Amino acid sequence: MSPIVASLRKTQRAPRVAIIVFPGSNCEQDVLRAFGCMGVRAEYVWHHATDLGGFDAVVLPGGFSYGDYLRTGAIAAFSPVMEAVRGFAAAGGLVLGICNGFQILCEAGLLPGALRWNAGLKFICRPVTIRVETTDSPFTSAASPGQGLEIPINHFQGNYYCSPALLDELTAEDRIAFRYAANPNGSVGDIAGVLSAGRNVLGMMPHPERAVDPAVGGRDGRVILNSMLTALQSLGAGAR
Amino acid sequence: MELVRFAVAVDVMPKDGISDPQGQTIERALPSLGFADVHDVRVGKRIELVVEAADPGTAEAVVRAACARFLANPVIEDFAIHVSGPEVA
Repeated sequence: MSPIVASLRKTQRAPRVAIIVFPGSNCEQDVLRAFGCMGVRAEYVWHHATDLGGFDAVVLPGGFSYGDYLRTGAIAAFSPVMEAVRGFAAAGGLVLGICNGFQILCEAGLLPGALRWNAGLKFICRPVTIRVETTDSPFTSAASPGQGLEIPINHFQGNYYCSPALLDELTAEDRIAFRYAANPNGSVGDIAGVLSAGRNVLGMMPHPERAVDPAVGGRDGRVILNSMLTALQSLGAGAR
Repeated sequence: MELVRFAVAVDVMPKDGISDPQGQTIERALPSLGFADVHDVRVGKRIELVVEAADPGTAEAVVRAACARFLANPVIEDFAIHVSGPEVA
């Protein structure tokens, strides 16, 4: 159990993390286990759910929701649960979209931009180094500025696109959370993760849940989960 | 008002200036097949639908709304709508 969670438990109840499961999600068990490694019991929430009451954070895991039909994330973006996710985000709740979750958040309009086919048209599955571009977010506060994190990517459509005007806006507002040290997929500005205007929604292509255990892929992903748990503590998880 | 069935086709294409890795890859493969003079390959998709509406204009408006919200992603794609019919039952 992390010290953060231990102290959270002394004063309050443990944070409740919802993992939204769509038909075709396939990383929900990894996310559940990763939070388990941090001492947090996350729970699956089926995409038909319409209420996220009682949860302190929401994770949209990776996978191939709805078979990636039409466009990645396009159909999941209209799942019943997404109205609840929208409300949760609007109320300031922490929402993390990983890989397909990032694609869904973009399609739902909760994050700007879109994810295109990788330049080179290859499915890429390997560890990459991403650089923490801002520590001013509930997902990166435990990192040091510019810190490199080795976290795996696993995607066919992770080539982030935004217009030049939007890129300027994201840069000016310090909303680029991570950039690839070596761009693997053609993303504009080497972008690996972006924050919402309210900074409480993060989408990222790399999979932090696959980097929590030194036995399999290192533990750099814990930096992100730890940041979230710290934020929940300062928000007073349980007060929601 | 009586509704009739209109056949509608939507062509969804990557916006100008947006990279199209599929088109680029196809273009690179063409010369080795003897098609050396083929250029500017772009790959999109075509979606065919049948819409029940009073008139072609209404059918087009319905599909336009569906495109704006769902069938195309306005960040990276353009779309063109072609209405034909009414379809003979």
